[in-house]
Amino acid sequence: MEDVLGLLAWGPTGWGDELADGLRVTILLALATLPYGLVLGFLVALAKNSSDPALAAAGHIFTTIFRGLPELLTLFIVYYGGQILVQQLVNLFTDTYVEINSFVAGMIALGLVFAAFASEVFLGALRAIDKGQIEAGKALGLSTLQRLRLIILPQLIRYALPGLSNLWLVLLKDTSLVSVIALDDLLRQTNIAVGATKQPFLFYAVACLLYLSVSLLSSLALTAIERHVNRGQGRA
Amino acid sequence: MAMEKDRGTAPLAPPAWRPPPRQPGLRYAGILALGAWGIAGAGLLGYLIKGFDGAYFARYAPKLLDGLIVTLELVSISILLGAILAFPIALARISRHAVLWAPAFGYIYLFRGTPLLAQTFLVYYGAGQFRAELVDLGLWWFFREAFNCALLTFTLNTSAYQAEILRGAIQSVPRGQWEGARALGLHDGVTFFKIILPQAFIIALRPLGNEIILMIKGSAVASVITVFDLMGQTRLAFSRSFEFQVYIWAAVIYLSIVETLRRVWERLERWLTRHMRPRA
Repeated sequence: MEDVLGLLAWGPTGWGDELADGLRVTILLALATLPYGLVLGFLVALAKNSSDPALAAAGHIFTTIFRGLPELLTLFIVYYGGQILVQQLVNLFTDTYVEINSFVAGMIALGLVFAAFASEVFLGALRAIDKGQIEAGKALGLSTLQRLRLIILPQLIRYALPGLSNLWLVLLKDTSLVSVIALDDLLRQTNIAVGATKQPFLFYAVACLLYLSVSLLSSLALTAIERHVNRGQGRA
Repeated sequence: MAMEKDRGTAPLAPPAWRPPPRQPGLRYAGILALGAWGIAGAGLLGYLIKGFDGAYFARYAPKLLDGLIVTLELVSISILLGAILAFPIALARISRHAVLWAPAFGYIYLFRGTPLLAQTFLVYYGAGQFRAELVDLGLWWFFREAFNCALLTFTLNTSAYQAEILRGAIQSVPRGQWEGARALGLHDGVTFFKIILPQAFIIALRPLGNEIILMIKGSAVASVITVFDLMGQTRLAFSRSFEFQVYIWAAVIYLSIVETLRRVWERLERWLTRHMRPRA
């Protein structure tokens, strides 16, 4: 027990502060991915829901690709492929060597995956909104944007929240993949600690517990948010 | 007065039908978006053709196929074993006895709440730490192979997800089915296996298909602990040649498996529920 406490202690001898630092990066990455994934997912959902067949098809292609590829492969393609692409673009002007930031690569890749799944959730929510309300909005002379802001969005949140909560928990877990492209997230800090201490079981168990507590805390928060958006709905 | 006169002479005609107003904005957005995909696709194809190297292809394509077989093995075995495990776990989870319910809940929560990659590390490297004990137990031969560790982790992981799917499905069969069976004098066991479970399987079909797809995608994680599945072979080929093409090949293979499975599963679902649709 002494050993365990010593290994997990704060400071230069223990690994507690390193793990906490990794946890911070993990949460930051998930939080940074969320808004961009949500917006992209919503736009893709609007495209898929649109009456224009070309736009709908473009949306479906997006979903098919990023929902079907393994997250790890998407990450590698964004990281290495983005590296090559950016390098070639830079080479057009100067011949400096550029390196893609692994945080940004992780954010882009995870956001694409998140958006692909979120667009399905949003699409379901869009279709759950009563058509008559849209027609009523048109009859009142509201513009497309006004209808979106005043009629669709407030209800959309209610329908989409359970699905999005799920996706948030998936996103939190998926951030662990960036440890493979050398971003110092929780899992990579754990790997480093394991390499130095030869205590894999302890450290990976601790990492799992940390992931578990973050998802526990977020489910509590999400339940509260869900209750808040459903407050006008009687018992729900 | 004048109006009344007008109405008298010319009966009010219904407004002429007009086509709904076109939205040229949407039209352009659609062309633009689809065009962007077209250009991206053409660019990728051009890149693949321009960089195509016969010797390279001959060298690495068979390796990727080997990897594909490993991936399919890994996924199919763990899905099957996971299904067998999921059944008692789901039943325990439904049970009202805390002795059964609590551990099942904890098991499901633990495996669904932590990343598959962390679980894989825990089993693979954790087993290495207990090597002496595992040798004593005569289990070391199993944990020595990265493939087996991945298989074990994936099986445990998917059993938690499948148990939750099964639980949801069993509980969403309407209560009236139980009551009806009881009124007919059927035992609880007979009711469960012959009435509830078949209906639950049909409800579970769609999420189960999703779980298989998630497992195919998730199995790429095995490559991190040196299993040479499709992803592992791809990474190996890339690290030897720095030829980015191989990632595109892998992407195409993964996408075709997932899409094929999705379509086959949809067919299967339609076929299995054919008795529930009104006849044409």
